[in-house]
Amino acid sequence: MKLDIGRRHFLKVAGIGGALLASGLWKNSVIAAGDDFVFLQISDTHWGFSNPQINPDFAGTLKEEIASINTLKSPPDFIMFSGDLTHVTDDDQERRKRLTEFRKVIAELKIKDVRLMPGEHDASLDEGEAYKELLGPEMHYVFDHKGVHFIVLDNVSDPRTVLGEAQLEWLAADLKKLDKAAPIVVFTHRPLFDLVPGWEWYTRDGSEALKLLMPYENVVALYGHIHQEHHHMTGHIAHHACKGSMYPLPAPGSVPVKAPVPWDPAAPYRGLGFRTLDAHVKPVKYDLTEYSVNGEVMK
Amino acid sequence: MRLKRRAVFAVRLAAIVLVVIFIGSFSVAQEKQVIKVTAKKFEYSPSTITVKKGVPVVLEFTSLDRLHGFDCPGLGIRSDINPGKTNTVEFTPQKAGTFEFHCDNFCGTGHDKMRGTIVVTE
Repeated sequence: MKLDIGRRHFLKVAGIGGALLASGLWKNSVIAAGDDFVFLQISDTHWGFSNPQINPDFAGTLKEEIASINTLKSPPDFIMFSGDLTHVTDDDQERRKRLTEFRKVIAELKIKDVRLMPGEHDASLDEGEAYKELLGPEMHYVFDHKGVHFIVLDNVSDPRTVLGEAQLEWLAADLKKLDKAAPIVVFTHRPLFDLVPGWEWYTRDGSEALKLLMPYENVVALYGHIHQEHHHMTGHIAHHACKGSMYPLPAPGSVPVKAPVPWDPAAPYRGLGFRTLDAHVKPVKYDLTEYSVNGEVMK
Repeated sequence: MRLKRRAVFAVRLAAIVLVVIFIGSFSVAQEKQVIKVTAKKFEYSPSTITVKKGVPVVLEFTSLDRLHGFDCPGLGIRSDINPGKTNTVEFTPQKAGTFEFHCDNFCGTGHDKMRGTIVVTE
Protein backbone atom coordinates (compact mmCIF):
# COMPACT_ATOMS: atom_id res chain seq x y z
CA MET A 1 0.00 0.00 0.00
CA LYS A 2 1.31 3.40 -0.95
CA LEU A 3 1.59 6.22 1.53
CA ASP A 4 -1.70 7.94 2.21
CA ILE A 5 -0.94 11.38 3.58
CA GLY A 6 -4.35 11.39 5.23
CA ARG A 7 -3.26 8.49 7.43
CA ARG A 8 0.02 10.04 8.31
CA HIS A 9 0.60 9.78 11.99
CA PHE A 10 3.61 11.21 13.63
CA LEU A 11 5.41 9.36 16.34
CA LYS A 12 5.93 12.16 18.74
CA VAL A 13 9.39 11.50 19.95
CA ALA A 14 8.66 13.65 22.94
CA GLY A 15 5.98 11.20 23.92
CA ILE A 16 8.34 8.36 24.69
CA GLY A 17 9.01 9.35 28.25
CA GLY A 18 10.01 12.75 27.02
CA ALA A 19 13.29 11.11 26.37
CA LEU A 20 13.33 11.15 22.63
CA LEU A 21 12.87 14.83 22.22
CA ALA A 22 15.60 17.32 21.73
CA SER A 23 14.19 20.71 22.48
CA GLY A 24 15.22 24.16 23.48
CA LEU A 25 16.00 27.60 22.19
CA TRP A 26 19.38 28.83 21.27
CA LYS A 27 20.97 32.23 21.19
CA ASN A 28 23.79 33.67 19.18
CA SER A 29 24.16 30.47 17.26
CA VAL A 30 26.61 30.61 14.40
CA ILE A 31 23.94 28.80 12.43
CA ALA A 32 21.01 30.87 11.26
CA ALA A 33 17.65 29.45 12.25
CA GLY A 34 15.68 28.28 9.27
CA ASP A 35 12.28 26.85 8.43
CA ASP A 36 10.99 23.52 9.62
CA PHE A 37 11.80 20.76 7.18
CA VAL A 38 11.63 17.02 6.60
CA PHE A 39 14.52 14.69 5.96
CA LEU A 40 14.55 10.97 5.43
CA GLN A 41 16.75 8.22 6.83
CA ILE A 42 17.08 4.84 5.15
CA SER A 43 19.61 2.30 6.29
CA ASP A 44 21.25 -1.08 5.79
CA THR A 45 20.09 -1.71 2.25
CA HIS A 46 22.73 -4.49 1.90
CA TRP A 47 22.70 -4.46 -1.89
CA GLY A 48 24.17 -7.79 -3.07
CA PHE A 49 22.62 -9.87 -0.29
CA SER A 50 21.09 -12.95 -1.93
CA ASN A 51 19.71 -15.41 0.62
CA PRO A 52 16.06 -16.09 -0.34
CA GLN A 53 15.36 -17.74 3.01
CA ILE A 54 15.93 -14.38 4.64
CA ASN A 55 14.54 -12.12 1.92
CA PRO A 56 13.19 -13.70 -1.29
CA ASP A 57 12.80 -10.19 -2.74
CA PHE A 58 16.44 -9.28 -2.11
CA ALA A 59 16.73 -7.60 -5.52
CA GLY A 60 13.43 -5.76 -5.28
CA THR A 61 13.12 -4.46 -1.74
CA LEU A 62 15.26 -1.35 -2.20
CA LYS A 63 13.54 -0.57 -5.50
CA GLU A 64 10.16 -0.85 -3.80
CA GLU A 65 11.31 1.53 -1.08
CA ILE A 66 12.56 3.99 -3.68
CA ALA A 67 9.16 3.86 -5.39
CA SER A 68 7.52 4.52 -2.00
CA ILE A 69 9.83 7.45 -1.27
CA ASN A 70 9.17 8.88 -4.72
CA THR A 71 5.46 8.99 -3.98
CA LEU A 72 5.65 10.63 -0.56
CA LYS A 73 3.27 13.56 -0.62
CA SER A 74 5.60 15.63 1.53
CA PRO A 75 8.96 14.94 -0.07
CA PRO A 76 11.96 15.25 2.21
CA ASP A 77 14.56 17.93 1.61
CA PHE A 78 17.25 15.28 1.56
CA ILE A 79 17.78 11.58 2.06
CA MET A 80 20.50 10.01 4.20
CA PHE A 81 21.56 6.40 3.64
CA SER A 82 23.16 5.53 6.97
CA GLY A 83 25.54 2.77 5.96
CA ASP A 84 25.73 -0.86 4.88
CA LEU A 85 24.66 0.26 1.46
CA THR A 86 26.03 -3.02 0.15
CA HIS A 87 26.39 -6.48 1.65
CA VAL A 88 29.86 -7.64 2.58
CA THR A 89 31.95 -9.61 0.12
CA ASP A 90 35.54 -10.82 0.46
CA ASP A 91 36.13 -10.09 -3.23
CA ASP A 92 37.35 -6.54 -3.90
CA GLN A 93 35.98 -6.53 -7.46
CA GLU A 94 32.59 -7.79 -6.34
CA ARG A 95 32.51 -5.02 -3.71
CA ARG A 96 33.08 -2.46 -6.46
CA LYS A 97 30.36 -4.07 -8.57
CA ARG A 98 27.86 -3.89 -5.70
CA LEU A 99 28.71 -0.27 -4.90
CA THR A 100 28.32 0.64 -8.58
CA GLU A 101 24.97 -1.16 -8.82
CA PHE A 102 23.78 0.52 -5.62
CA ARG A 103 24.61 3.92 -7.10
CA LYS A 104 22.61 3.08 -10.22
CA VAL A 105 19.60 1.83 -8.24
CA ILE A 106 19.36 4.94 -6.07
CA ALA A 107 19.63 7.16 -9.14
CA GLU A 108 15.91 6.39 -9.50
CA LEU A 109 15.18 8.59 -6.48
CA LYS A 110 13.35 11.77 -7.47
CA ILE A 111 14.95 13.61 -4.56
CA LYS A 112 18.40 14.43 -5.79
CA ASP A 113 19.88 15.62 -2.50
CA VAL A 114 21.07 12.19 -1.40
CA ARG A 115 23.75 11.79 1.25
CA LEU A 116 25.71 8.64 1.87
CA MET A 117 27.88 7.18 4.58
CA PRO A 118 29.56 3.81 4.85
CA GLY A 119 28.78 0.82 7.03
CA GLU A 120 31.23 -1.89 7.97
CA HIS A 121 29.96 -4.08 5.12
CA ASP A 122 30.96 -1.34 2.65
CA ALA A 123 34.22 -0.17 4.09
CA SER A 124 35.81 -2.25 6.85
CA LEU A 125 37.66 -4.80 4.76
CA ASP A 126 39.52 -2.31 2.58
CA GLU A 127 39.32 0.66 4.97
CA GLY A 128 36.98 2.43 2.59
CA GLU A 129 39.13 2.25 -0.53
CA ALA A 130 36.38 1.06 -2.93
CA TYR A 131 33.76 3.27 -1.26
CA LYS A 132 35.88 6.39 -1.69
CA GLU A 133 36.70 5.45 -5.26
CA LEU A 134 33.07 4.98 -6.28
CA LEU A 135 30.91 7.04 -3.92
CA GLY A 136 33.15 9.91 -2.96
CA PRO A 137 36.11 10.68 -0.76
CA GLU A 138 34.23 11.84 2.33
CA MET A 139 33.83 9.21 5.01
CA HIS A 140 33.05 11.76 7.73
CA TYR A 141 31.77 15.24 7.04
CA VAL A 142 29.45 18.01 8.14
CA PHE A 143 26.75 20.00 6.44
CA ASP A 144 24.21 22.58 7.50
CA HIS A 145 20.60 22.58 6.48
CA LYS A 146 18.05 25.23 7.44
CA GLY A 147 19.57 25.94 10.81
CA VAL A 148 20.53 22.39 11.79
CA HIS A 149 24.15 21.27 11.88
CA PHE A 150 24.56 17.68 10.65
CA ILE A 151 27.67 15.71 11.59
CA VAL A 152 28.37 12.44 9.83
CA LEU A 153 30.85 10.23 11.69
CA ASP A 154 32.65 7.17 10.40
CA ASN A 155 32.89 4.34 12.92
CA VAL A 156 33.32 1.57 10.38
CA SER A 157 36.29 2.09 8.05
CA ASP A 158 38.69 1.25 10.84
CA PRO A 159 37.81 -2.42 11.46
CA ARG A 160 38.59 -1.93 15.14
CA THR A 161 35.15 -0.36 15.53
CA VAL A 162 36.56 3.01 16.43
CA LEU A 163 36.26 6.61 15.35
CA GLY A 164 39.94 7.10 16.02
CA GLU A 165 41.94 9.93 17.50
CA ALA A 166 42.13 12.00 14.30
CA GLN A 167 38.37 11.96 13.75
CA LEU A 168 37.72 12.82 17.41
CA GLU A 169 40.05 15.81 17.09
CA TRP A 170 38.22 16.82 13.91
CA LEU A 171 34.89 16.52 15.75
CA ALA A 172 36.15 18.62 18.66
CA ALA A 173 37.34 21.33 16.26
CA ASP A 174 33.99 21.35 14.45
CA LEU A 175 31.99 21.56 17.67
CA LYS A 176 34.08 24.46 18.94
CA LYS A 177 32.58 26.60 16.16
CA LEU A 178 29.05 26.04 17.44
CA ASP A 179 26.92 27.68 20.06
CA LYS A 180 26.05 25.35 22.91
CA ALA A 181 22.38 25.63 21.96
CA ALA A 182 22.84 24.91 18.28
CA PRO A 183 20.68 22.09 16.94
CA ILE A 184 22.96 19.19 16.05
CA VAL A 185 22.10 15.90 14.38
CA VAL A 186 24.81 13.25 14.43
CA PHE A 187 24.71 10.38 11.96
CA THR A 188 26.69 7.22 12.63
CA HIS A 189 26.38 3.71 11.34
CA ARG A 190 27.04 1.91 14.61
CA PRO A 191 25.64 3.26 17.87
CA LEU A 192 27.97 5.55 19.78
CA PHE A 193 26.87 4.00 23.07
CA ASP A 194 27.28 0.42 24.32
CA LEU A 195 24.06 -1.24 23.20
CA VAL A 196 25.36 -4.83 22.94
CA PRO A 197 29.18 -4.81 22.81
CA GLY A 198 29.31 -8.60 22.30
CA TRP A 199 27.41 -8.11 19.03
CA GLU A 200 29.56 -5.13 18.07
CA TRP A 201 26.55 -2.88 18.60
CA TYR A 202 28.77 -0.17 19.98
CA THR A 203 31.72 2.06 19.15
CA ARG A 204 34.81 1.37 21.24
CA ASP A 205 35.64 5.05 21.59
CA GLY A 206 32.06 6.24 21.23
CA SER A 207 32.09 7.55 24.79
CA GLU A 208 34.82 10.00 23.74
CA ALA A 209 32.53 11.41 21.04
CA LEU A 210 29.62 11.60 23.48
CA LYS A 211 31.84 13.44 25.96
CA LEU A 212 32.54 16.05 23.28
CA LEU A 213 28.84 16.32 22.39
CA MET A 214 27.53 16.39 25.95
CA PRO A 215 28.00 20.17 26.52
CA TYR A 216 25.69 20.86 23.57
CA GLU A 217 22.06 21.17 24.52
CA ASN A 218 20.32 19.99 21.36
CA VAL A 219 21.96 16.83 20.09
CA VAL A 220 20.22 13.89 18.49
CA ALA A 221 22.11 10.83 17.22
CA LEU A 222 20.70 8.76 14.36
CA TYR A 223 22.18 5.44 13.40
CA GLY A 224 21.55 2.14 11.61
CA HIS A 225 23.45 -1.15 11.92
CA ILE A 226 21.00 -2.94 14.23
CA HIS A 227 18.23 -3.30 11.61
CA GLN A 228 15.39 -2.25 13.89
CA GLU A 229 13.86 0.77 15.49
CA HIS A 230 15.42 1.48 18.86
CA HIS A 231 15.50 4.49 21.17
CA HIS A 232 17.96 5.23 23.93
CA MET A 233 19.18 8.18 25.98
CA THR A 234 22.69 8.98 27.15
CA GLY A 235 22.15 11.97 29.39
CA HIS A 236 20.15 14.45 27.32
CA ILE A 237 21.30 12.99 23.98
CA ALA A 238 18.64 10.90 22.25
CA HIS A 239 19.76 8.00 20.04
CA HIS A 240 17.37 6.58 17.44
CA ALA A 241 18.14 3.47 15.40
CA CYS A 242 16.53 3.07 11.99
CA LYS A 243 15.05 -0.12 10.60
CA GLY A 244 17.02 -1.96 7.93
CA SER A 245 15.98 -2.46 4.33
CA MET A 246 17.03 -6.06 3.68
CA TYR A 247 16.49 -8.16 6.81
CA PRO A 248 15.65 -7.57 10.47
CA LEU A 249 17.97 -8.59 13.30
CA PRO A 250 16.92 -9.90 16.73
CA ALA A 251 16.16 -7.54 19.61
CA PRO A 252 19.32 -6.40 21.40
CA GLY A 253 20.89 -9.27 23.34
CA SER A 254 17.80 -11.47 22.96
CA VAL A 255 19.63 -14.51 21.56
CA PRO A 256 23.13 -15.90 22.22
CA VAL A 257 24.29 -15.39 18.64
CA LYS A 258 22.78 -12.75 16.39
CA ALA A 259 21.60 -13.79 12.96
CA PRO A 260 19.13 -12.36 10.43
CA VAL A 261 15.49 -13.00 11.23
CA PRO A 262 14.11 -15.33 8.51
CA TRP A 263 11.43 -14.12 6.12
CA ASP A 264 7.89 -14.66 7.31
CA PRO A 265 5.63 -15.42 4.32
CA ALA A 266 2.64 -14.43 6.46
CA ALA A 267 4.15 -10.97 6.97
CA PRO A 268 6.38 -10.10 4.03
CA TYR A 269 8.88 -7.27 4.60
CA ARG A 270 8.08 -7.25 8.31
CA GLY A 271 10.58 -5.19 10.27
CA LEU A 272 11.90 -3.40 7.19
CA GLY A 273 11.40 0.20 6.16
CA PHE A 274 12.60 3.77 6.43
CA ARG A 275 11.64 6.88 8.33
CA THR A 276 11.25 10.60 8.03
CA LEU A 277 12.08 13.23 10.60
CA ASP A 278 10.18 16.48 10.75
CA ALA A 279 12.75 18.92 12.06
CA HIS A 280 11.44 21.91 13.98
CA VAL A 281 14.11 24.43 14.81
CA LYS A 282 12.27 26.77 17.19
CA PRO A 283 12.06 25.06 19.58
CA VAL A 284 14.27 22.18 18.50
CA LYS A 285 12.19 19.06 18.04
CA TYR A 286 12.17 16.09 15.72
CA ASP A 287 9.03 14.12 14.92
CA LEU A 288 9.76 10.63 13.69
CA THR A 289 7.50 8.83 11.28
CA GLU A 290 8.26 5.19 10.58
CA TYR A 291 7.33 3.71 7.20
CA SER A 292 7.13 0.18 5.88
CA VAL A 293 8.86 -0.77 2.63
CA ASN A 294 5.71 -0.01 0.64
CA GLY A 295 5.27 3.41 2.19
CA GLU A 296 2.69 2.59 4.81
CA VAL A 297 2.99 4.61 8.00
CA MET A 298 3.78 2.32 10.92
CA LYS A 299 1.88 3.01 14.11
CA MET B 1 92.03 -34.83 54.16
CA ARG B 2 90.24 -31.66 55.33
CA LEU B 3 90.63 -30.24 51.86
CA LYS B 4 89.02 -33.33 50.35
CA ARG B 5 86.07 -33.08 52.77
CA ARG B 6 85.60 -29.43 51.85
CA ALA B 7 85.61 -30.29 48.16
CA VAL B 8 83.04 -33.04 48.66
CA PHE B 9 80.92 -30.65 50.71
CA ALA B 10 81.11 -28.00 47.97
CA VAL B 11 80.15 -30.50 45.29
CA ARG B 12 77.19 -31.74 47.36
CA LEU B 13 76.09 -28.17 48.05
CA ALA B 14 76.30 -27.26 44.38
CA ALA B 15 74.29 -30.35 43.48
CA ILE B 16 71.59 -29.44 46.00
CA VAL B 17 71.44 -25.88 44.64
CA LEU B 18 71.17 -27.15 41.09
CA VAL B 19 68.38 -29.55 42.04
CA VAL B 20 66.51 -26.75 43.80
CA ILE B 21 66.90 -24.46 40.78
CA PHE B 22 65.79 -27.22 38.43
CA ILE B 23 62.71 -28.08 40.51
CA GLY B 24 61.90 -24.40 40.87
CA SER B 25 62.10 -23.70 37.18
CA PHE B 26 60.11 -26.82 36.42
CA SER B 27 57.31 -25.77 38.74
CA VAL B 28 57.21 -22.23 37.20
CA ALA B 29 56.93 -23.76 33.75
CA GLN B 30 54.06 -25.91 35.02
CA GLU B 31 52.30 -22.91 36.52
CA LYS B 32 52.11 -20.86 33.33
CA GLN B 33 49.91 -22.33 30.65
CA VAL B 34 51.18 -21.00 27.34
CA ILE B 35 48.84 -21.68 24.44
CA LYS B 36 49.49 -20.68 20.85
CA VAL B 37 46.36 -19.80 18.84
CA THR B 38 46.24 -18.97 15.14
CA ALA B 39 43.47 -16.87 13.60
CA LYS B 40 42.47 -16.77 9.96
CA LYS B 41 39.27 -16.12 8.00
CA PHE B 42 37.06 -17.31 9.69
CA GLU B 43 38.38 -19.62 12.41
CA TYR B 44 40.65 -19.97 15.38
CA SER B 45 42.93 -22.95 15.84
CA PRO B 46 42.45 -24.43 18.33
CA SER B 47 38.88 -23.23 18.63
CA THR B 48 38.52 -24.89 22.03
CA ILE B 49 41.10 -23.91 24.62
CA THR B 50 41.22 -25.82 27.89
CA VAL B 51 42.94 -24.27 30.92
CA LYS B 52 43.05 -24.84 34.66
CA LYS B 53 41.38 -22.57 37.16
CA GLY B 54 43.82 -20.53 39.24
CA VAL B 55 46.79 -21.20 36.96
CA PRO B 56 48.11 -18.24 34.94
CA VAL B 57 47.45 -18.47 31.20
CA VAL B 58 49.31 -16.88 28.31
CA LEU B 59 47.46 -16.91 25.01
CA GLU B 60 49.76 -16.18 22.08
CA PHE B 61 47.74 -15.17 19.03
CA THR B 62 49.03 -14.89 15.49
CA SER B 63 46.98 -14.00 12.42
CA LEU B 64 47.60 -15.90 9.20
CA ASP B 65 45.87 -13.34 6.98
CA ARG B 66 44.39 -10.03 8.17
CA LEU B 67 43.42 -8.15 11.31
CA HIS B 68 41.19 -10.19 13.57
CA GLY B 69 40.08 -9.73 17.15
CA PHE B 70 39.66 -11.84 20.26
CA ASP B 71 36.95 -10.94 22.72
CA CYS B 72 35.95 -13.17 25.64
CA PRO B 73 33.49 -11.08 27.68
CA GLY B 74 32.92 -13.86 30.23
CA LEU B 75 36.55 -13.71 31.29
CA GLY B 76 36.93 -9.98 30.66
CA ILE B 77 39.79 -10.32 28.15
CA ARG B 78 40.24 -9.04 24.61
CA SER B 79 42.95 -8.23 22.11
CA ASP B 80 43.45 -7.21 18.53
CA ILE B 81 45.17 -9.91 16.51
CA ASN B 82 47.42 -8.06 14.12
CA PRO B 83 49.08 -9.95 11.29
CA GLY B 84 52.87 -10.15 11.39
CA LYS B 85 53.24 -10.18 15.16
CA THR B 86 52.40 -12.21 18.22
CA ASN B 87 49.59 -10.72 20.26
CA THR B 88 49.63 -11.86 23.87
CA VAL B 89 46.80 -12.04 26.38
CA GLU B 90 47.66 -12.99 29.97
CA PHE B 91 45.11 -13.83 32.60
CA THR B 92 44.45 -16.16 35.51
CA PRO B 93 41.01 -17.78 35.35
CA GLN B 94 39.23 -17.41 38.67
CA LYS B 95 36.16 -19.47 37.89
CA ALA B 96 35.53 -22.80 36.21
CA GLY B 97 33.17 -22.96 33.27
CA THR B 98 32.80 -22.57 29.55
CA PHE B 99 33.34 -19.14 28.06
CA GLU B 100 32.61 -18.15 24.46
CA PHE B 101 34.97 -15.91 22.53
CA HIS B 102 34.62 -14.34 19.11
CA CYS B 103 36.33 -12.10 16.58
CA ASP B 104 35.34 -8.49 17.25
CA ASN B 105 37.16 -6.82 14.36
CA PHE B 106 34.96 -7.12 11.27
CA CYS B 107 36.86 -9.47 8.97
CA GLY B 108 34.54 -10.55 6.17
CA THR B 109 31.65 -12.74 5.13
CA GLY B 110 32.16 -15.31 7.88
CA HIS B 111 32.97 -12.82 10.62
CA ASP B 112 29.90 -13.62 12.73
CA LYS B 113 30.83 -17.31 12.71
CA MET B 114 34.42 -16.81 13.85
CA ARG B 115 34.02 -18.09 17.37
CA GLY B 116 35.61 -20.36 19.95
CA THR B 117 35.39 -21.55 23.52
CA ILE B 118 37.63 -21.42 26.57
CA VAL B 119 36.98 -24.27 28.99
CA VAL B 120 38.24 -23.61 32.51
CA THR B 121 38.53 -26.81 34.54
CA GLU B 122 38.81 -27.16 38.34
